[in-house]
Amino acid sequence: MRRRYLALKIVGEQFIGKEDLIGVLWDAVLRLFGEYGASRVNLSLVEYEAEGNYAILRCSHGALDMVRASIASVTEIKGKPIAINVIGVSGTLKSLRKKFL
Amino acid sequence: MKRFVDLHLRPMISDPNQVKNMITKSYELGYRLVGISLPPDAPGHTIRQLQQICSEVGTDLVTRVDLALRTSKELLGELRRLRRRFEVVSALCASKSVARQAAKDRRVDLLSFPADPRRRFFDPAEGELASKALASLEIDMAPLLSLRGGLRVRLFSRLRREVEVANKFKVPIVLSSGATKEYFLRTPHDYAALASLFDLPPSLGLRALSDNPLAIVERNRGKLSPGYVAPGIRVIKEGKDCLGE
Repeated sequence: MRRRYLALKIVGEQFIGKEDLIGVLWDAVLRLFGEYGASRVNLSLVEYEAEGNYAILRCSHGALDMVRASIASVTEIKGKPIAINVIGVSGTLKSLRKKFL
Repeated sequence: MKRFVDLHLRPMISDPNQVKNMITKSYELGYRLVGISLPPDAPGHTIRQLQQICSEVGTDLVTRVDLALRTSKELLGELRRLRRRFEVVSALCASKSVARQAAKDRRVDLLSFPADPRRRFFDPAEGELASKALASLEIDMAPLLSLRGGLRVRLFSRLRREVEVANKFKVPIVLSSGATKEYFLRTPHDYAALASLFDLPPSLGLRALSDNPLAIVERNRGKLSPGYVAPGIRVIKEGKDCLGE
């Protein structure tokens, strides 16, 4: 299965745990695309650096736009404002790290 | 490489820190031209201050005014008064009569509508008028981020119809952030992905964030330049015998 890796930059004033981040991303996918849509994205958090405010996410190649739209729709976490910006997308983890991190 | 434009930043003009943060964030996200909504009576020094901030950040400022008026008569009056003072004029159409007038008036660059789906009046008649008057349909993305549940569902549905009408009548679409805070700013590709949810293909979404707004700004800057006479005609040299040399 072809995959896409996304480098994310998290902009927020509070500390965000790994579980909170993946939770908020799944919520966004479910809200926008429902359970059927969510079953197609194969979303997983590959890496998360809470102090550096960056993360690497993996998803299905065909669901990239769905994932990007879901990420863009996240505006808060536990009632506090947050923005998650996709800083780059790549087909391999190696090239993602080389280009964007 | 595309030059991305966000024509609708809405920071509090009275707070220079917020203005600077939003312009900087916008630049970091890849926008090289930003339009900032200014009050109709914005003094010259405020505009110069904004230009200064933009040049420090490395971006280009577009002055813009949003006309939110109740009647078409008021709209005509304000267009007469303000058209030459701002590079981009947007009409926020909160009633059908204002929407019709704005769509057929060539002085209006952008047709904007409130986030409430019941108060969006961009229908086929509106599309036909806008197409003839070279107006563009502006879609602010901030409400799509802030609304939840039924309201967002209805807005998506309404935007899908508007995009269909705009494509049918070849009305250019402009996607803008409409952000009042940094947290509502997203990259152009993220906006394009969100726009695909109301059936605007990503390629057209990216064009709505680059070529379409850029065309408006370039056209208007040309018109506001001192040598402009009429579409296609401008003074390139002044003197007694310009053709002789």
